[in-house]
Amino acid sequence: MKYMTEFRDGEIAEKIAGAIKKQSRKKIRVMEFCGGHTISLLKYGIPDLLPDTIEMVSGPGCPVCVTSRGEIDTAIQLTENPDVILASFGDMIRVPGTSESLRQAKAKGADIRIVYSPDDAVKIADENRGKDVIFFAVGFETTAPVTASSIKLAEAMGVDNYFVLSAHKTTPGILGALLAEEVRLDGFICPGHVTAITGTAMYKPLTDACKPCVVSGFEPLDIMSSILSVVQQVEKNVATTEINYRRVVSSSGNPTAQKIMGEVFSPVDAVWRGIGVIPNSGLKPDGAYKRFDACAKFGLKITTDEKETRGCICDKILRGLKKPVDCKLFNTVCAPEEPVGACMVSDEGTCSIYYRFGKEGREVAAR
Amino acid sequence: MCLAVPMEVTEINDFRGIARMGGVSRDVNLMLVPDVKVGDYVIIHAGSAISILSEQEAKKTLDLLGEIGMDSE
Ligand code: SF4
Repeated sequence: MKYMTEFRDGEIAEKIAGAIKKQSRKKIRVMEFCGGHTISLLKYGIPDLLPDTIEMVSGPGCPVCVTSRGEIDTAIQLTENPDVILASFGDMIRVPGTSESLRQAKAKGADIRIVYSPDDAVKIADENRGKDVIFFAVGFETTAPVTASSIKLAEAMGVDNYFVLSAHKTTPGILGALLAEEVRLDGFICPGHVTAITGTAMYKPLTDACKPCVVSGFEPLDIMSSILSVVQQVEKNVATTEINYRRVVSSSGNPTAQKIMGEVFSPVDAVWRGIGVIPNSGLKPDGAYKRFDACAKFGLKITTDEKETRGCICDKILRGLKKPVDCKLFNTVCAPEEPVGACMVSDEGTCSIYYRFGKEGREVAAR
Repeated sequence: MCLAVPMEVTEINDFRGIARMGGVSRDVNLMLVPDVKVGDYVIIHAGSAISILSEQEAKKTLDLLGEIGMDSE
């Protein structure tokens, strides 16, 4: 068992598509809010296999895209200190802040290193004891416990020049925000790896509002069968949380990860790009781990100025109100090489995914 | 950056270890999966294992997927 190819069988996919067509009567809009799901959907051409009754809508589940300008500005501000090394995931450095991106700051001489994992940032700190090494931490509950474990690692190694600028975001707050949107959503394909950490309890407000929630893996058969589960629930007028990714996800989540996150972080209000402030939807190092908080150490406060670049509708795309093709800049001015908005920067950004894999992108490209 | 993949754990040293997929091996952090054993598959995200895969559950799911196909015939 390799846990990948087995879940890509084209014949079974067609049969599931047949079952969806047969069972889907009501017209529904289903949101997949994880960027990883959007990639699989478009890469495997799943929307083409679905009947007209089902419209898939992408949501705010790209961690790079929801990182606010203020958070990027704060990261850049930190690098103005010559004794600071900033460590960041690669796709963060191209995201535009208010006046520049980390990549532009790096070109001007800021010491910014690209890392694959927060542990790599701890290693850089260990090797550069005379400098303050700050990990620019972004991501949802999949990444937050990894950051928390890096803080524990730094503590165990006695690396006292490691700090975290936390732009982490948590899922429960955004679920509430999505429910409050004017846009109609009839069901959710829920993120498999986030749920592997958190467990399923957080989906209760959605099922209470009669929205079926199906936790899904990322292979084509996972997604197809998750869509079928949403359809079946909608047709039966029920709304429950189903785990359709049991090889990875349990209803209670990962207790070790939850414990480490709880020990290291406290909730704070966070600004989501395009959405605004959501109370208690961010995380900062606190309690016994407060000394790892870069904002506390350098006396910084993340600003909340949230103006999008003119013409960019990332904010509406993140909330499921618009699609990339609705943006006049899509593939005219804005493309992955020269992104205007955050949704075109990250590999998991909706605009970038539609550009690379979507037939809408290909159609625009052919014009 | 959120993309996570299944890899097989081939070596464990306390809370660190080595995992491989295809021909690629890499150092991984195992702090979040204290029950992991050599030979287990784990989901690796940003250099850390975040969950251990269950072969039994994977097989059950594949059986169910096969049945969906039969229902629609
Ligand atoms: S295509 Fe570019 S400018 Fe338009 S919404 Fe997407 S990221 Fe923003």
